[in-house]
Amino acid sequence: MRHTMTFATRLTAAAAGLALALAGCGGSSTSPGGGATTTPAGVSLPDLTGQKLEVAAVWTGAEQAGIAAVLDAFSAKTHATVKYTATGDDIATVLGTRIKGGQPPDVAFLPQPGLLNELASDGSLKPVDADVAAAVDANYAPIWKTLGTVKGTLYGVWFKAANKSTVWYRTAAFDQAGVQPPASWDDLLKGAQTIADSGTTPVSVGGADGWTLTDWFENVYLRSAGPAKYDQLAKHQIPWTDASVKTALGVLAQLWGKKGLVVPGALQTDFPTSVTQVFSASPKGAIVFEGDFVAGVIASETKAKVGTDANFFDFPSVNGSPASVVGGGDVATALKSSPGAQALLRFLASPEAATIWAKRGGYTSVNKNVDLAAYPDDTSRKIAKALVGSGDAFRFDMSDLAPAGFGGTPGGGEWKILQDFLANPTNVDGTATKLEAAASAVKFPT
Amino acid sequence: MTVTPPGPPAGPGGGPDGARSGSGRPSWLTAGFLAPALALLAVLVVYPIFYTVWRSLRDADGHFAGLRNYGAMFTSDATLTAIKNNAIWLLVAPTVVTALGLVFAVLTERVRWATAFKLVVFMPMAISSLAAGIIFTLVYTDDPDRGLANAALVGVHGVFSPSAGYSGARPRDPSLLADAPGGGLRTARTYQPGETAALALVGVRAADLPNGAADAVAATPAAGTLAGTVWFDFVRGGGGRPGVIDPGEKGLPKVVVQAVSGGTGSGGPGGGSVVATVRTDDRGAFAFTGLAPGSYSLQLPASNFAEPFTGFTWLGPTLVTWAIIGAYVWMWSGFAMVLIAAGLSAIPREALEAARVDGGTEWQVFRKVTVPLLAPVLVVVLITLMINVMKIFDLVITLAPQSSQDDANVLALEMWRVSFGGGHDQGLGSALGVFLFVLVLPAMIFNIRRFRREAR
Repeated sequence: MRHTMTFATRLTAAAAGLALALAGCGGSSTSPGGGATTTPAGVSLPDLTGQKLEVAAVWTGAEQAGIAAVLDAFSAKTHATVKYTATGDDIATVLGTRIKGGQPPDVAFLPQPGLLNELASDGSLKPVDADVAAAVDANYAPIWKTLGTVKGTLYGVWFKAANKSTVWYRTAAFDQAGVQPPASWDDLLKGAQTIADSGTTPVSVGGADGWTLTDWFENVYLRSAGPAKYDQLAKHQIPWTDASVKTALGVLAQLWGKKGLVVPGALQTDFPTSVTQVFSASPKGAIVFEGDFVAGVIASETKAKVGTDANFFDFPSVNGSPASVVGGGDVATALKSSPGAQALLRFLASPEAATIWAKRGGYTSVNKNVDLAAYPDDTSRKIAKALVGSGDAFRFDMSDLAPAGFGGTPGGGEWKILQDFLANPTNVDGTATKLEAAASAVKFPT
Repeated sequence: MTVTPPGPPAGPGGGPDGARSGSGRPSWLTAGFLAPALALLAVLVVYPIFYTVWRSLRDADGHFAGLRNYGAMFTSDATLTAIKNNAIWLLVAPTVVTALGLVFAVLTERVRWATAFKLVVFMPMAISSLAAGIIFTLVYTDDPDRGLANAALVGVHGVFSPSAGYSGARPRDPSLLADAPGGGLRTARTYQPGETAALALVGVRAADLPNGAADAVAATPAAGTLAGTVWFDFVRGGGGRPGVIDPGEKGLPKVVVQAVSGGTGSGGPGGGSVVATVRTDDRGAFAFTGLAPGSYSLQLPASNFAEPFTGFTWLGPTLVTWAIIGAYVWMWSGFAMVLIAAGLSAIPREALEAARVDGGTEWQVFRKVTVPLLAPVLVVVLITLMINVMKIFDLVITLAPQSSQDDANVLALEMWRVSFGGGHDQGLGSALGVFLFVLVLPAMIFNIRRFRREAR
C-alpha cells in the first residue's frame, strides 16, 4: 500500500517537475512575467502578494525567533504576509478548538506523530500536493515520509527533530581516568568502571523524573532488539514479558545494578539536577544520558562550555547493533487548502529553509541535503549527523507514542515501574510482568 | 480589665428587635433574598455532589458499571496506601498543629515582641501551599550543600563525630584483599616479619585525598619488620599497572592498618586477634616492628572507609509523609496560634489570677484553668484542621518526587491521579471523591451541630 503510494506520487512529481503548475492553486494571483521566483538553492515559489498565512506551533522564545527567521525568508520570496501564533504546550487543545470553530491556522507544526494521525483521521488536515511530496522524496530518508503518512496519504513535512540518543560526559573526568568515549555498551561498562576506580562515581541518572528512565530503556531496547521489534512493542503487539524486553532490562541492569557506577540518590534527583551535578564546579558524576536538549541545560545552568568541558557520544551499540536514534520531531501540516500553505510546506521541505534556522543554532534538521557546515558548532553538527546518519533506524520516543496512562503518568505506569527497577535492578522478570500488566490496562492506538 | 458597658446585647437573634425582624417579613421576600444564594449552592455544591455519585457508577467511557468502581477502589494498593496515609495525617497533623499553636499563643502573651513574633509565625499562612511546597523541596533536598534540613543535620553531626574516611575506596583486586569478618578489608594471604605488603585501593574520591598525600613508594624489606604500602592504585589519565606502584600514584595517609594473628585470612571463618595497630604516613607506608615471629594477615578496619554522614533522604519512601506533615505544620501553626490567642484573650483574667492567688503554679494554672476554658476554641481548631487535612493535596503533589508519590499518596491525590493525571478514569475518580466526601461528613456534621448549639 505504502509502496504503491510512493510510486504514484513520484510519477506525479515527475510529471509536474519543477515547472510548478501549481495544481489546485487557481486562486493565486500570478503575473505572467514574475510569477515564480527561482533562488540559487533551487526552490521556486509562487508570488503570493496579498495572501495571508497563519502558522501555529508550540515554539516560544529562541525557537520562536528561529521559526520567525524561516517565515521571514518565505515572505521575502513570495510577498505573502505570514503571522506566527504560539499555542503554548497544549497545541492539541488549541488546534482542536480552532478547527471546531472553523478557523484553523493555514499551517501547524505538530509535536507528536499521534496528533498527526488523529487530525488526519478526522479529516482536519489537507494532503500535501505533488510538489511537496517530490521535495520530501528528494530531501528526506524514506522513514520521514512514512512518519508523515497516514493511511497512504502524505500529510506532513518533518521540519525539526530532536536526538534523544546522546550520552553527555564531562571531558575532564574522562581525561582524568584515561577513558575514551565508548562506541559499544561493553566499552561503556568498562569505561564507567575505570572512572569509578579513578574516584568519580560515573553515571548520573535523573530517576526522580520517570521519563528519563523510559528514554534509557527505549535506547537500550532499540539497540538490543532492533527497530522491527521496537515498532511492535510500541504498539503493544508483543507483550512486555517478551524475551527481548527482559534482555534489554538485563542490559540496563548491568549498568544500574553495579555497585558504585550510579551516583547515589538517583531516585531523588530530577533531570536538571542530574545534569548540573555532572557539570557543576564540584561534580558528583561524569556521564549523564538524555537528549540533545542537555546542551541547553549545561549552557544555562552551569559554567561548563559545551564542546570543550562537556561533550557527547552517540548511545553505544549493544552487541554490535547498527546506528539508530530515538528521538522526537515537529511535523508541518496544512490545515487549509490554500496555495500559500502548500507553498510554505514546499519551502519547509527544502534544505534552504532548514539552513536558515540551522545557522542560528538550537535546531536540528533531518533534511539530508542540509549542509552540515550550516550548524554553528561541532556539537550541533554531530547531533545532526547522528540523526541524518541513522537513516531509517530513527524511532520516535516509545513512551510518547503510548497512551499517557502507561507512558506519561508521574508516579504510575512505565515511569513508576522503571523507577522501581532502578531501585532494584535485579528484578528483571518482575519488572517485565509489571510493565505488561500496566500496558494491558490501557488501550493502545492501532 | 475591660468593663463591658451596659447596652443591648449584640449577635444574631439576640434581642427582641432581631426576633421581630426575623418573623415579620412576608415569606416571598425571604425566599427572594435567599434565591441567589440557593441557586449558587445548587449549581456549585448540590448538583456536583449528585453528579459525582452518578458518575461514580459509570466506567471511564461513561457506560454503567454498577459498583465496580468501588470494588476496584478498595482492592487497589494505591488507595489502601492513601487511606493509611490519610489516617496518619488525620491523627498527627491537627494534633501537632493545635499543640504548637497553643504553646505559641500562651508564650506570646508573655514576650515583649508578641506582635512581631505572631506576625512571623503567621506569615506562612500568607504563602500559597504550592509555593510552600516548592520552598520545602529546597529544605528537603538530599544534597547537604543545597538542602537546609540535611545541611543542619550534617553540621550538628559533624561537631560530634568528625569523619575523614576514604569512603568509596575498594580493593583493586578483591581476591587479594577481601571483606574482613567484622567489616573492613583483610588480606587473603599472610605475611611474616621481614616481608613487605602492597595493599592497592581504587575508587578514592579526590575530595577525600589529603593535600599532604605524597607519591607512594614500595616498602623495602627489613629483618624483623613487616612493612608495606597502602596506596591509590590509579594513575591520572589511566594506564597504570594494576597492583603495582607506578610513578605518580599517591599513597593514602592516615590509614589504620592492623596485624592480625591466628586468623585464617579473609577467605576462612575469620577470627584471630589484633596484635598491633599502626597508621600509614604521607606516602602510604606503614611498618610493624617488634612483631613476634609468625604469620599475620593485615587488616584495614571499616573505620577507614566510613561513609560520611549526609543526612536523611527526606523525600524517600519511608520519610516522605512525615516530611510533608512537617511542611504542613510550618504552614498552619500560625493559623492555630491566632485563633487560640483570640480565645485566650477572652478568658476572664479573674479566673487566672484567682488560681495564682490560691497558690497554683504556672503549669497548674495552664493545665487546670487555661486549657479547660480554651477547650471550645481548641475543638474548633482541631476539627477545622481535620477537615482541611482530609483533603490535603497541594503539598503532597508539589513535595513528593514522582518516585515516592505512591508512598506519599493520599485520597485527594489518588482521586486526581486516576481522573486526570494520566489515568483518565473519571468514574473511578468520582468513586474516590464520594468516599472522601463520606469521610469528611462526620466532621462536618459535628461542626454544624456545634454551631447550632452555640447559636441557641
